[in-house]
Amino acid sequence: MAITKAEIVTWLEKITAVIQENKDYLTQLDSPIGDADHGINMSRGFTKVLEKLPSVADTDIGTILKTTGMTLMSSVGGASGPLYGTFFMRAGTAMAAKQELSGDDLYTLLQSGVDGVVQRGRPQLQDKTMYDALLPAVLALRAALDNGSSIHAAVETAVAAAAKGRDDTIPLQARKGRASYLGERSIGHQDPGATSSHLILQALLDSLENQG
Amino acid sequence: MKKLINAIDDVVKEQLEGMAAAHPELRINYDPKYVVRADAPVKGKVALVSGGGSGHEPMHGGFVGVGMLDGACPGEVFTSPTPDQMYECAKAVDGGAGVLFLVKNYTGDVLNFETATELAHGDGIQVQSILVDDDAAVKDSLYTAGRRGVGTTVLIEKIVGAAAEDGYNLQQCADLARKVNQYGRSFGMALTSCTVPAAGKPTFDLGDDEFEFGIGIHGEPGRERYKMKTADEITEMVALAIIDDGAYTRTVREWDNDKGEWFEKTLTDDPFQAGDEVIAFVNSMGGTPVSELYAVYRKLAQVCEAKGLKIVRNLVGPYITSLEMQGFSITLLKADDEILKYWDAPVKTPGLRWGA
Repeated sequence: MAITKAEIVTWLEKITAVIQENKDYLTQLDSPIGDADHGINMSRGFTKVLEKLPSVADTDIGTILKTTGMTLMSSVGGASGPLYGTFFMRAGTAMAAKQELSGDDLYTLLQSGVDGVVQRGRPQLQDKTMYDALLPAVLALRAALDNGSSIHAAVETAVAAAAKGRDDTIPLQARKGRASYLGERSIGHQDPGATSSHLILQALLDSLENQG
Repeated sequence: MKKLINAIDDVVKEQLEGMAAAHPELRINYDPKYVVRADAPVKGKVALVSGGGSGHEPMHGGFVGVGMLDGACPGEVFTSPTPDQMYECAKAVDGGAGVLFLVKNYTGDVLNFETATELAHGDGIQVQSILVDDDAAVKDSLYTAGRRGVGTTVLIEKIVGAAAEDGYNLQQCADLARKVNQYGRSFGMALTSCTVPAAGKPTFDLGDDEFEFGIGIHGEPGRERYKMKTADEITEMVALAIIDDGAYTRTVREWDNDKGEWFEKTLTDDPFQAGDEVIAFVNSMGGTPVSELYAVYRKLAQVCEAKGLKIVRNLVGPYITSLEMQGFSITLLKADDEILKYWDAPVKTPGLRWGA
């Protein structure tokens, strides 16, 4: 069953809710290895997205995602702003004019977003960033779809891969962002960006309840 | 948390409203937020724009004015501003000779300014972006995001601002900014943490008998933690960390206006050498009183003399702060004739003013 535009809007609403619920948690994760603002910034950004959503909900999925990206870009700040902003803008460009998405479309959406993150932030795996959660998730989604999984099951696999990627950031020494300045002291802490990326994918899964 | 705040969400906005009321020579835009000279754009002059998280005042908004910045973009406290601010600010100050972005090397600032550079270019504005990465507390660039932009930022804004006023073109301004960055090195320490209003509690815990060595300017923890020492001992540690620092090599990105794309450049900063003339800058992190800064300067002058460095100019005071953090940073900048000429040139901003 194709993913509807309404489900994409629900996804963005659910991201806002889950970020809001985890605002203090994300900020707390950002405290020992960053500058204690990740939850605050993400919450500010997605609150703005929620305000903008009604004005674009009737357009198309590409426009909805692009508007999300531009809103994040201009309201989040820090490194997450341009990274998540670019993620949604690229995802939106790839989904231009679409009213519903197949499993392959969803893969293209996420892969385009991740390509944008790579171009902007130039991360490598194990740098201890959001990329450590995002890339495994997209690869897992592709593999699951190729094995004939339903969209819901494939996203479930992707979320599990993101969770593992997030957990795997704990023993890593950060090589990007502010955490990198701590050197070995960044070891033992979970990366806040990988954590928020997992939450965003979890929200996607939660918005696909009606998918078989 | 005890702070002079009305509402946490209004901290940056109300600070700007206060600046606008106090300084009619500035023009302040609120959506998106930026500060420009009231006489901007200055026709035919290269415009300098910087920006970064709030909480470092007087930097950057306090350095907008004749002989220094044309525009500044304040982010939320300790959070980079966003590309729309930088882009709108660039449009507001471009007098036809181009815009130079001065970007402190923090991942957020860099990513947002890179996006803004691409937006401004798309609008036909000649634009260049120079990175400030002078923090000697960061040893390597291979496994970190590279040296952070700290104290030298203030000196670059002053020196390149004066050169732009004197008619330097965009390339000359960029070359001078790059040179000053490569000639400057800084190192900071903290006696206390600081509290970001939105977070409500100190960013890190530091015992009453400890200090943090090698901090940045965002309340991030430093390189090492030591038991408390005397002013002389700490000053000597900080000064030597700068003076004895070896060569530093990293790769930076600059913008190609003709091709409309980024290109990479590998730069190496040479260490200080006996006989160098320097500008010495002792800066308060916000909570350390000027009286203690002079105790630091006293010892710094002795260390420089012993190491054969000749201090030819100095700056002492709170110029690049970290909210109410107690602590200081030292910046040493190797000075040549060009740098001294523009250091001595008139400047008229809320935060720095002489000869005008």
